[in-house]
Amino acid sequence: MNGPVYHGLPRADGEWWMASTVFIGVGAGFAGDRTDAAGPVVDALATAQGPRFLMYETLAERTLALAQLDRRRNAKGGYSPALDRFIAPVLAHCLDREIRIIGNFGAANPRAAAERILALARELGLAAPRVAVVEGDDLAGLLSPRELADREVDGKILHGVSDIIAANLYLGAAPIALALDQGADVVVTGRIADSALALGPLIHAFGWRADSWDLLAAGTLAGHLLECGAQVTGGYFADPGFKNVPRMADIGYPIAEISSAGDIVIAKPPGTGGRVDRLTVTEQLLYEIHDPSAYLAPDVVLDLTEVAIEDAGGDRVRIFGARGKPAPETLKATVCIDAGILGEAEISYAGPNAAARARLAAETILERMHKRAPNLSFRVDAIGAVSILGDSNGALRHPWNEDVSDIRLRFAAQSSDVADVELLLDEVEALYCAGPAGGAGVRRRTTPRLASASCLIERKFAKPRVTMLGGAA
Amino acid sequence: MKTLRLRQIASARSGDKGNRLNIALVCRDPAHYDAIAAQVTAERVAEIFAARKPTRVVRYDLPKLHAFNFVLDDVLEGGVNSSLGLDGHGKALSFLLLDIAINIPVDQPSPLRIAAAKSD
Repeated sequence: MNGPVYHGLPRADGEWWMASTVFIGVGAGFAGDRTDAAGPVVDALATAQGPRFLMYETLAERTLALAQLDRRRNAKGGYSPALDRFIAPVLAHCLDREIRIIGNFGAANPRAAAERILALARELGLAAPRVAVVEGDDLAGLLSPRELADREVDGKILHGVSDIIAANLYLGAAPIALALDQGADVVVTGRIADSALALGPLIHAFGWRADSWDLLAAGTLAGHLLECGAQVTGGYFADPGFKNVPRMADIGYPIAEISSAGDIVIAKPPGTGGRVDRLTVTEQLLYEIHDPSAYLAPDVVLDLTEVAIEDAGGDRVRIFGARGKPAPETLKATVCIDAGILGEAEISYAGPNAAARARLAAETILERMHKRAPNLSFRVDAIGAVSILGDSNGALRHPWNEDVSDIRLRFAAQSSDVADVELLLDEVEALYCAGPAGGAGVRRRTTPRLASASCLIERKFAKPRVTMLGGAA
Repeated sequence: MKTLRLRQIASARSGDKGNRLNIALVCRDPAHYDAIAAQVTAERVAEIFAARKPTRVVRYDLPKLHAFNFVLDDVLEGGVNSSLGLDGHGKALSFLLLDIAINIPVDQPSPLRIAAAKSD
């Protein structure tokens, strides 16, 4: 057997596992994901023969900035508001079956999230787990707004900006591997490369070296395939009659089985809905990829051009052939700034001549806003006639399908001038009494807007720290 | 030659990063790879998305995966955090690509039967 020497994860009886296969399941693939998805994944992992992990990826660009705002208001806040809903259903089972949890649900405050997990364990009557906190992604205090602007990638979003809401580096897998080496039952991170949530456990379990580029590439590929949860098992895929997916309501979230040589099998829990085959895996393999020969991650540059996929049948697909090149010299950071508010208002027109009445309504708003708030630009969509696939200047400059008899007009504007945005929404509401016949169902709302920029940061600013909380007193 | 819609022989998925859109296009049957390579060029995709004024369109070929990756720059109104449109991610845009016509030789494998969903 030419397998690697297993390191880390000594069992309670003092034996060391010789890991040949590592199992990584997904509990969530985005902040708004299903909170009951992890159950069947954990049930399946519990019977797996080998080190097993459950990963949660719940941190979008905007999510982290909102979390930073939350932390400013409350020192104990700033982590994923769905943390309890995601892990409470499975925490006991995971701890009992040595399924180690890794999640970026720490968001802007991983330490507070770790403390919440310890409190949750107490509430559930469980022995205190060892919860590792990974910090060091937050660039606040390390780089000024000006220094960040100098490092922005082909953009001018940060130019002249004096207040940064959030600036966070994408850390690599090393701190996760270290936390697992130290015996963490749960690893809580903030911003970290999504794929590192899978690569970390693989480095830990197989002892992959920091310059084993092909292996690091394989682990990054596994993480990339897993990070959006159901998107590799039949989610974001079904197109009835063209691409059917069985039992969408019970879609099974993925479990990857990764060998010490970097072969990947994507599967899903038995008895669940969904579909794993060449098409679902290939679509996800290329999801959010630009140059397939150079997918940049903190630990390696992944080359997908020689990757091959073998459909093994039975909702199992084998993926192999990832190639790696040395890690990039800089790390990516996402920087978020305040961008005022987004205001949206909608009104419906239906029945005969609906398109003409909707057009008259839109023209009326255009004329009134031109007089009352000439500096505010806004967009108009005619949902049902043209909204998504039309011209990005909106419905007014696009020919409508005049036969449509059920149209929902949507107006949207973004500005730091809140009064202007509110005025637009007021004007739409006033269409009820002062607009064309039959205007119906006005809804309006405003949401805070955050603009985000990407920066490339020298590695010397990345100083990840791992702190262990909990465990036996 | 017979003329089909691209969606009858291929599958697609869009993804975003900032103001950049990618669309992965995957052949249902590897036999159609060459026909798609010849006809679904970067130039044609730029025309399909002309209303969004792409500043650059690149096609990456992945023969081992029987797939192509199209990358369109500056088509998402600034991206999900600044677009005023409903689909700031561009998630629906793969279907604009799938709706185009494509010619395949008559002796190539039959496309997926699309009547499957209809109860005739």
